[in-house]
Amino acid sequence: MLLIPCPWCGACNENEFICGGESDRKRPTDPAAVDDKTWTDYLYNSTNHKGMTGEWWWHVHGCGKWFTIRRDTVTHCIESAPGDQT
Amino acid sequence: MKRFSFFALARNALTGHRNWAQMWRSPEPRREYDAVIIGGGGHGLGTAYYLARNHGMSNVAVFEKGWLGGGNTGRNTMTVRSNFLREESVPFHEKSLDLYQGLSRELNFNLMVSERGMITFIQSSAVNRIALQMANTMHIYGAEYRMIGLDEVRRRIPIFDPSPDMRLPITGAVYQPRASMVRHDAVAWGFARGADARGVDIIQNCEVTGIRRDGGRITGVETNRGFIATPRVGMAVAGHGSVVAAMAGIRLPIVTQPLQAWVSEPIKPILDEIVVIRSYYGTYLMQSDKGEIVIGQGCDPYPSYAQRGTFPIIEDATTAMLEVFPRFRRLRLLRHWAGMLDMPYDGSPIISRTDVPGFYVDVAGSGGFKTTPAAAYTFAHLIARDEPHPLAARLGLDRFSSGRLVQEGGVSANR
Repeated sequence: MLLIPCPWCGACNENEFICGGESDRKRPTDPAAVDDKTWTDYLYNSTNHKGMTGEWWWHVHGCGKWFTIRRDTVTHCIESAPGDQT
Repeated sequence: MKRFSFFALARNALTGHRNWAQMWRSPEPRREYDAVIIGGGGHGLGTAYYLARNHGMSNVAVFEKGWLGGGNTGRNTMTVRSNFLREESVPFHEKSLDLYQGLSRELNFNLMVSERGMITFIQSSAVNRIALQMANTMHIYGAEYRMIGLDEVRRRIPIFDPSPDMRLPITGAVYQPRASMVRHDAVAWGFARGADARGVDIIQNCEVTGIRRDGGRITGVETNRGFIATPRVGMAVAGHGSVVAAMAGIRLPIVTQPLQAWVSEPIKPILDEIVVIRSYYGTYLMQSDKGEIVIGQGCDPYPSYAQRGTFPIIEDATTAMLEVFPRFRRLRLLRHWAGMLDMPYDGSPIISRTDVPGFYVDVAGSGGFKTTPAAAYTFAHLIARDEPHPLAARLGLDRFSSGRLVQEGGVSANR
């Protein structure tokens, strides 16, 4: 059981949250202008980091806030970094 | 290859079983191969076997960083079935069942295929609807999947005794008679022995650390035993697909997630069929040959490479199991593990060429064990001929750019 640090509610059980995937995913600024390959890469492909990675979490059964944390996908260590978005 | 037979058993008994030949060689890697397979699990070894058997390619090596079948081939729940939703999935999984049924004889190695059937309980109109849709699709492809009433459920599962106050009462079930359990280690070992006998080199304890390219094309792989030249590399790693694909400079539409399973202490035979409870996330249980009750559920809801699972899944699955089988409340758990899924975005396998010429990927998704022979069969075809096998033609990476996804609701790990 992970304790996810919600910036509003504090650390809560993981089953109050939904993981929203990698936080370094950048939507192309003009989707109409990019080719299919770039758009497919944005929509479906992931880096799927092994190790420390930034990701979105949604406190769906709590305050409803979206925020980012840094989590190690091997050890499950979690840290909040100064660059995190809330 | 020395064949296993009753006479071989008798002959070796006379010499105290000291003279059995090794099942496969442990050769020094050559400097050059026609094709290299990364990953010595069921998929990789099966691919090497079919490359040699169906396509006459025996100058092939399989590189495995650990030991054969020590990855997710040994971390699943041994269930094979073909009750799927999509017209791309059903014939592919049927092919797997067909191959599994003939493999023990073909490989001269007992895979202990136990065709015991799978019963999925219906507890909501949504599950009823999807089961009917699956049954219709499967019927088109000649696969038996039928609705059964509670009478037949009671006859097949004498211990069926759901709690009277269960939240979603069971109104019926859907039954696939051909679903089976298969001894998973034997799949890896049988394919390894068959491939080795046809000249394939199986290199264990040898990790591929890099993939070398020249002007885009594959020229070979770096390993911890030196550089091996090859024009074709087939990736058959489960749980590390993104890591290996990154060596070739590509990104895949997958997320790595653990799929947990756990077993009870052994008890006397009590449950013949494989049972699926779809009230929550698809809890499944069956009794192994050793008598253990094997329990599993959907995959963990976030990416992880940790090879262990999270507790809410165990809690959910236990709740679902005890609602239907209250007598299992006194079972004690013996072992718990997690296999790693490289879960494609749409839940279906990927057997595909890539943007790097000569680099092919086999990503199993959630059904890695059940698809082993079909994936190996079609992946070998793809590597040998550089064109997809008709059964896997719709399972390529191009489905993500064309938008023709194979969204599969029949996978256990789908949440």
